[in-house]
Amino acid sequence: MARIVMESLSKVYSGGVQAVSDVSLDVADGEMIVLVGPSGCGKSTLLRMVAGLETITSGTLHIGDTLVNGLEPAQRDIAMVFQNYALYPHMSVYDNLAYGLRNRGVPKPEIDRRVQAAAEMLQIGEFLPRKPRALSGGQRQRVAMGRALVREPAAFLFDEPLSNLDAKLRVQMRVEIRQLQKRLGTTSLYVTHDQLEALTLADRLVVLNGGRIEQVGTPMDLYRRPETVFVAGFIGSPAMNMIESAWARATSGLPDGLPAGSDLIGVRPDDLTLAAQPGGLALTGRVALLEPAGAESHVYVTLSNGQTVTYRTQGLPDLTEGAAITLHAPLSALHPFNTATGKRTG
Amino acid sequence: MVENDRWGLLLAHLILILGVAVVVFPVYVAIIASTHAPGTFLQGVMPLLPGSHAVENYRSVIFEGRSNAGAPPIGLMLWNSFVMAVLIAVGKIAVSLLSAFAIVYFRFPFRIFFFWVIFLTLMLPVEVRIVPTYQVVANLGMLNSYAGLTVPLIASATATFLFRQFFMTVPEEMLEAARVDGAGPWRFFKDILVPLSITNIAAMFVIMFIYGWNQYLWPLLVTTDDRYYTIVMGIQRMVTGADSEPLWHLVMATVVLAALPPILVILFMQRLFVKGLTETEK
Repeated sequence: MARIVMESLSKVYSGGVQAVSDVSLDVADGEMIVLVGPSGCGKSTLLRMVAGLETITSGTLHIGDTLVNGLEPAQRDIAMVFQNYALYPHMSVYDNLAYGLRNRGVPKPEIDRRVQAAAEMLQIGEFLPRKPRALSGGQRQRVAMGRALVREPAAFLFDEPLSNLDAKLRVQMRVEIRQLQKRLGTTSLYVTHDQLEALTLADRLVVLNGGRIEQVGTPMDLYRRPETVFVAGFIGSPAMNMIESAWARATSGLPDGLPAGSDLIGVRPDDLTLAAQPGGLALTGRVALLEPAGAESHVYVTLSNGQTVTYRTQGLPDLTEGAAITLHAPLSALHPFNTATGKRTG
Repeated sequence: MVENDRWGLLLAHLILILGVAVVVFPVYVAIIASTHAPGTFLQGVMPLLPGSHAVENYRSVIFEGRSNAGAPPIGLMLWNSFVMAVLIAVGKIAVSLLSAFAIVYFRFPFRIFFFWVIFLTLMLPVEVRIVPTYQVVANLGMLNSYAGLTVPLIASATATFLFRQFFMTVPEEMLEAARVDGAGPWRFFKDILVPLSITNIAAMFVIMFIYGWNQYLWPLLVTTDDRYYTIVMGIQRMVTGADSEPLWHLVMATVVLAALPPILVILFMQRLFVKGLTETEK
């Protein structure tokens, strides 16, 4: 149990590549923080800096009350779950779990107690005598979790732990990880590129882009009020539609009352309606493609400037491909941005 | 492959059988020759069927020897060869595991330079550097000792390379997981790297054991005391050492006995290979 405090953390590789720049983040005790961003955004590097697997170029990192900048991973009281699990293939599951404890000189009965407890919690008791190769992907994933659990560390670090699993198992493990983390109340940092995973797991979400923090907040904060164009486009699926104000004004579909300097208007596919919204946004175009997806449908509409916007609706709408269509959105659902700064204008 | 082509199949097997015959025939002749009486070979005709003197011949080389023919009982020579081969194999594996570990996992100054120095020694086999090596061993007083027989042959670029290549295929996360688990370099090496390399070690052991067992020139140089003679030298001495005609029946019996230990090593280690091949990791 511990806070993790990052102050102006930066990482510059020897080649001069700046992987992480000036990241400050205060992770509360017991909090689950998800670091999310496109590949190469520095999220894994940041996690590895916290783990002690990458050196910190500048800035300070505290875990609990200890300054850990110069400490080895083993001295930082953290446990890490790796993307490919990194189980020791020649050791039984039991030994995989026990190895870190043995290295720390934990007495044997205590090791046994903790291994059994973790095995029970993760339902891997029957696999303890087996080698990792005899396990399926999901079971290996559990063993990797178990290896972190037995350590009873101050913080868990997850590096895309679910990305090697199939979709169904991923959802199941996601739920289990979240339940486990809540039950144990252990401070956790979780790296993923999957925004659904990020939204569902996080107490707070950190969106990284180009080694910098774009925005920090609860998942719903980020969804409802993205502060930058990047976050707006990254969080939410299907992605937010981005409409140029100039074009909307020319087609007289742009509402009044937007802040000055808003040259880009974001609107979520869910917020579009077929019903007219007085004083709102109106987009006229033709239906390019109708995509039924079970409970909902995605309608792709090509506007007169060639841009395609996505409209999400319940059930299967009564639309034909090629037909003219006008989509509406209320003023309150619009996200105004300025393209020069990339920031929200109001 | 055309599956129903009977003649093609026949031809293929004929070629294969011919190939096997070429390899096996000399071994067969050696075994046959070791079962005949001394006089048989002097007639100039090579018998192809087993003779009746097998027990007598083998008892003779194992227990009696023929000192006038430069052949003491071969037990000690077999033992010397065995010690030498094992020391060389174990030494080579130990040294190359450690040097590969250093090269792959540590960042020290001139790392690449040392790597290439090791690589260069590949181009200098014992025969090329034999005079200076002899000089060094002689100055160190290691003539006529197991140390003299083995130490100069232990450094091995080949094995270092093999282990280096293997270590580089071990996922980096394995090292990171071990670091998070509190394993220092030595623990990582001993608990994770060496157990993972076990099939490679077995392969290296077989190759290096045979390499050590077959050493001929080097033992010939550094030993003058017959307490340190090896079996390969012994065979050579039996052929050339005597004033009389070589006692071919005894030479062949010795050859057959000398071939046994490497075969046993291969058979024993083979189980490890097969294990390694069938239980490959993802």
